[in-house]
Amino acid sequence: MQRHAQVALDSLGRLYRNRVASLMTAAVIAIALAMPAGLYLLLDNLERLSGTWDGQASMSVFLQNSVSASAADRLAKSVREWPEVHSVQLVTPDEALQEFSQRSGFADVLDALDENPLPAVLVVIPASGYTDPAAASALRERFSRLPETALAQLDLQWVQRLAAILDIARRGILITGCLLALAVLLMIGNTIRLEIQNRREEILVTKLIGATNGFVRRPFLYCGLWYGVLGAIIAWLLVETGFWLLSAPVSNLAGLYQSDFHLETLPFQLLWILVMGGMCLGLLGSWLAVGRHLDAIEPT
Amino acid sequence: MIRFTNISKRYPGGYEALSNISFHMEKGAMAFLTGHSGAGKSTLLKLIALIERTTRGQLFLDGQNVSRIGKRRIPYIRRKIGFIFQEHHLLFDRTVFDNVALPLIIAGYRHQEIGRRVRAALDKLGLLKKERLYPITLSGGEQQRVGIARAVVNKPMLLLADEPTGNLDPDLSREIMALFALFNDVGVSVLIASHDIPLIEELDYPALSLEHGRLAGSVVDRE
Repeated sequence: MQRHAQVALDSLGRLYRNRVASLMTAAVIAIALAMPAGLYLLLDNLERLSGTWDGQASMSVFLQNSVSASAADRLAKSVREWPEVHSVQLVTPDEALQEFSQRSGFADVLDALDENPLPAVLVVIPASGYTDPAAASALRERFSRLPETALAQLDLQWVQRLAAILDIARRGILITGCLLALAVLLMIGNTIRLEIQNRREEILVTKLIGATNGFVRRPFLYCGLWYGVLGAIIAWLLVETGFWLLSAPVSNLAGLYQSDFHLETLPFQLLWILVMGGMCLGLLGSWLAVGRHLDAIEPT
Repeated sequence: MIRFTNISKRYPGGYEALSNISFHMEKGAMAFLTGHSGAGKSTLLKLIALIERTTRGQLFLDGQNVSRIGKRRIPYIRRKIGFIFQEHHLLFDRTVFDNVALPLIIAGYRHQEIGRRVRAALDKLGLLKKERLYPITLSGGEQQRVGIARAVVNKPMLLLADEPTGNLDPDLSREIMALFALFNDVGVSVLIASHDIPLIEELDYPALSLEHGRLAGSVVDRE
C-alpha cells in the first residue's frame, strides 16, 4: 500500500517535471471529456424545462363564440360526470383575456380591440386510466363531436414531440460521448507508449535486476490514471466556466418569457462523475498500451 | 552454486554460441571466464542470469534447476544475482543514491532499511560523498563502482561481471578486481568474464576458458 502511494506520487512528480507537455495532453483529454459532459448538461436542463408540463396531459376544448356563459357552465358540469374526465376547469373569455394580456405582453394591442376575441375554454384533465395517447385522442374525438366545441386540442402533443427530439439528442450525445471516450483512450494509450519508449533503458535495467512485470507496469498505469484525473478536473472547469458564461444570457431570455428558469450544473456530482470516468479511461488506456509494448522490451 | 550439464545454446538462425558445456562452480568460489570475443563468454553469463534460455541441457543455480523455469519466476531468481556490465547501465536521470537503491526498491525493502544498506554499499566502494551526484558527473572508474554498488547492495549470493574492466586503465582494473576479491572473502560467489589475460594471471583464481563455444581448459571442477 505504502509502495503504491510512493509510485503514484513518483508518477505525479514526473508529470510535474514535464508540466507543459503534461498539461497539453491533459487539456486535449479535457476537451474530449468536456464536450459530451457539457452537451449532456444542456440536454438535462432542456428536459427540466419541458418536464414542468410533462405530467399534465391536459386538453383544451375551445367553445364556439356563440355559447353563452351559462351554457358553458352547464356544459362544464355535465362533462365533469364523464367517466374519462378527472376534472374540468372553465376559463371564461374574460379570464382568458386577463391571463393572456398578463402573460404575453400584448396588453396594449388587446386594449385596442373593441371586443374580446377569445372564446371560453374548458381545460380538461383526463381520468387516470385515459392518459395514454390512444385514449386521450378518443376523448378528444368525443369533445370535437359536441355542437358547442370549436376546437379540441391535446396539449400533450408538442410535449411529446419535444420529448422525441430530446430522445434523439440524447442518443446523439451518447454516440458522441462513446467516440470521444475512445479518443481519450487512444490518446492516453499513445502518450503512455511514448513514455515507455522514452524510458526503455530504465525498463531494461529494472528487469535485469529482478523487477517483476507488475513493478515495471505500475508507474505507467499511475501515469495514465493521473492523465485521466487531470483531464477530468480541467474538463470540469471548462464545463463550469461555459455554463457560467451562458447562465446570464439564458436567465435573461427566460425572463423575457416570464420564467424563472435558470441553468443548473450540479457541480459536485459532475466533478465526481468526470473524475471517475477520467480515471477509468486513463487506467484502461495505459493498461492497453502497457500490455502491448512492455512485454516487447526484454534484456538481450 | 552454478552447475552446467551438457548445455548448448543455439540462436534462431542456427548459430550455436555454446555447445555441450558442463562445469560446476562451488558455492563461495571465485572464477574467471576467458576467451576471445565471440567465444561465448557473454552468452554463458546471460544463460545464468536467465536473459537467454538454454536450448539443451540442465542449468542449476544454488541447487535449483532453472533451465525450464517459468517467465513469472525469473525476476525472483535474478534478485539473488548481482550483474555488472561493461556498459554499467546506470540510469542517468537519477542520483547515485537512487541508482544503487533500485534493487532494494524492487525487492520491496522499507525506506529506512534502503537508506542504511545503500550507504553501507557506497561506503564500501568509497562513494559515500558522491551519493547526491548524477552518474554523468562521475569518472569511468567511479561509474563502474556505482554499478558494482548496485549489484551488491541486496547481498546477492552470486556476482556476475561481464568485462567489468573493459574500459578502465590497468590500475583501476586491479582496484576493481580487488573489490571482487573482497566480496568473495565474505562468501559471495563471483564469476567474471574477461579477456584481460595478464590481469587474470596476476590473480590466483581458477579460470574457465571458452573457445568457439566449447570449454577448452578449466581449473574449476570440470564434469
